[in-house]
Amino acid sequence: MECSCGTDRKFADASIDAKLLEPTLEKYAPVRGSLITVLQKAQDLYGYLPVDLLAYIAQRTGVKPAKVLGVVTFYTQFRMKPIGKHLVLICQGTACHVNGSADVEAAIKAHLGVNEGAISADGLFTYNNVACLGCCSLAPAIMIGDKVYGNLTREKTVSILEEIKAKEAAQ
Amino acid sequence: MKVLVGRGSCGNAAGASVIFAQFEENGCDVRPVGCVGMCYLEPIVDVELDGARRTFVKVDEQAAGEIIKLVKGEPNTADTYLISAEDSDVLKSQDRIALLNCGIINPDDIEEYIASGGYEAVKKAVTQMSPEKVIGEIKTSGLAGRGGAGFPTWFKWNAALASKDAKKYMICNADEGDPGAFMDRAIIEGDPHALIEGMMIGAFAIGSDEGIVYVRAEYPLAIIRLELALHQAREKGLLGGNIFGSGFSFDIRIKAGAGAFVCGEETALIASLEGERGMPRLKPPFPAQKGYWAKPSNINNVETFANVPWIIKHGGSAYSAFGNEHSKGTKVFALTGKIEKGGLVEVPMGISINDIIFNVGGGIKDGKDFKAVQMGGPSGGCIPKHLGKTKVDYPSLSATGAIMGSGGMVVMDEDTCLVDMARFFLDFTRKESCGKCTHCRIGTDRMLRILERICGGEGREGDIEILEELSKHIADGSLCALGQTASNPVLTTIRYFRNEYEDHISHKKCTAGQCKPLIAYTIDEEKCIGCTICAKKCPIGAISGEVKKLHIIDAAMCDKCGVCKKVCKFEAVKVS
Repeated sequence: MECSCGTDRKFADASIDAKLLEPTLEKYAPVRGSLITVLQKAQDLYGYLPVDLLAYIAQRTGVKPAKVLGVVTFYTQFRMKPIGKHLVLICQGTACHVNGSADVEAAIKAHLGVNEGAISADGLFTYNNVACLGCCSLAPAIMIGDKVYGNLTREKTVSILEEIKAKEAAQ
Repeated sequence: MKVLVGRGSCGNAAGASVIFAQFEENGCDVRPVGCVGMCYLEPIVDVELDGARRTFVKVDEQAAGEIIKLVKGEPNTADTYLISAEDSDVLKSQDRIALLNCGIINPDDIEEYIASGGYEAVKKAVTQMSPEKVIGEIKTSGLAGRGGAGFPTWFKWNAALASKDAKKYMICNADEGDPGAFMDRAIIEGDPHALIEGMMIGAFAIGSDEGIVYVRAEYPLAIIRLELALHQAREKGLLGGNIFGSGFSFDIRIKAGAGAFVCGEETALIASLEGERGMPRLKPPFPAQKGYWAKPSNINNVETFANVPWIIKHGGSAYSAFGNEHSKGTKVFALTGKIEKGGLVEVPMGISINDIIFNVGGGIKDGKDFKAVQMGGPSGGCIPKHLGKTKVDYPSLSATGAIMGSGGMVVMDEDTCLVDMARFFLDFTRKESCGKCTHCRIGTDRMLRILERICGGEGREGDIEILEELSKHIADGSLCALGQTASNPVLTTIRYFRNEYEDHISHKKCTAGQCKPLIAYTIDEEKCIGCTICAKKCPIGAISGEVKKLHIIDAAMCDKCGVCKKVCKFEAVKVS
């Protein structure tokens, strides 16, 4: 039987290449308290944290699998399901709520035709509601990638999604 | 001739990145600066011309083109984009200490910070003062924790100094989670060295050689700017060993949070730093005795640290000259919601809520009526219009049932439903409760369900009383401030807007027209001229009607989004 604990470890999601995580594990596995950092790097690499990847991280860092799962489910940043190419974060902070974030969410939901956390049919988008993006003066606001869009209306929101779609189609 | 473009996250979102590139392409000496706080005027461009600084606002690509001509000495119409005297006064009416350099200097260039007198305070502290003297100066200043609790900073530092241990940690809480507050983001993005210098002074005072900044992952730009600032400070020898030849050594690293509001609580933050679930624990022992890896640790928030260099430089009594008998110094407020001039303002403690909203903030948007202001985020409360004269200091705000918190002020007008606001905050705390304490975990869920029922038109007699009772139990039965204060938004809205709760419960009516199950949109036959705009704009096609004829909303189809009311120029759309 082949050894499955090393970097040739296979995952249910065949696109996950354990080798990519190796530099992170080498650097952080010996440092106590760095589980969250390892998980953040892993999510940056693979887009999400499937359960067999968590088991692998647990094994490599020496942290118990239950604890790894506990940490992943505690923090809103971590997700165990894959997402679309562009992650749309809808700010649901106080200022955005007062200024109509519910309309923005409704527009995005209707336009993408999926619920929060799911991937749109074209594979391009997933949206998540988040607590506050800290751009309250631009309320209502959303963040796609590292870019913040503010003072949104239903129409403006849809046109932002359309613009990204058009760019993707052109590539 | 220097061109300065405000490039905080909010400036970038308003279009600053585009015009920045435009200035670059045209060969201008353009530099980024942080957020000056006047978010309603973004993007903002300053031009240094003949030693004077001219400010241009709402700069789009066309305006930038005119400014480029000005810089090149060509004929131009740039003056039409100059800031108005009135807006310029908004800035002058403030007392800026924590925001001193925000929007003024280039955060990516340590030399600009040094040229403005930066790192002089820490030099003074480590070469001329003892840790006790530094703490004494902070005590004189009256500086209190700006993150929410308002605990005296000197007291925490003194406790950490008193803990004898070879290893101590200086931690900055930049996990700014209060929805409606963004001053910490603005400070890190606009003046990261002020934070670094403040942490250095604090570390010297308590005897720490290692600093950690715990910053929200939602603030990518802040992380980038802070990383660069730390790198530059190390290269200059301002961080590292034997700083200023004093024998004091200190360095700082960044830890990105993973998204949990409760991590703003000290012990939860420490648990998160250690790679655990961010759950609070019982105090004592306080972090000053047993903190990160059980070593003495001191935790302050970003704004608190940003005040420290100024205090050491100018003396504690110069700082305490600002403020009133209860609270000293200045405070940064994030003015948002239904406010005309939203943004960040820094004012002396003790001025009134009305002063901030009407004099500094320019009053309510679209000429509507001021109804209430929410202060202190999910731990705070809604202060009604008739208490607008309340002084902004720690005890006066607490007396209203709200708190100072981190300084978020969400302004609400006549169209905001206060029962819905209470529901909104309970939804937040329910999601953010870490689940450790039963009363917080289950109590917030129960309260939310009752509030949802009330907003959904299914409120029952006695609901208000159950909410009040649950509030008490949650406050008594929770370990940390999240649970202890979770019911404040409900209690203050019941206290000041009980009639709205009663309207929802007994009359199934939402006077603000926000709670969708309780409202219906109709078109007034007298006022409708048949312009068709509402039918065109309705996202679900629930409005029918021909040109110049009365339009009708299909009540069964209508999802009550309110778009028709917003677009109608004849006030023909009614909410009932």
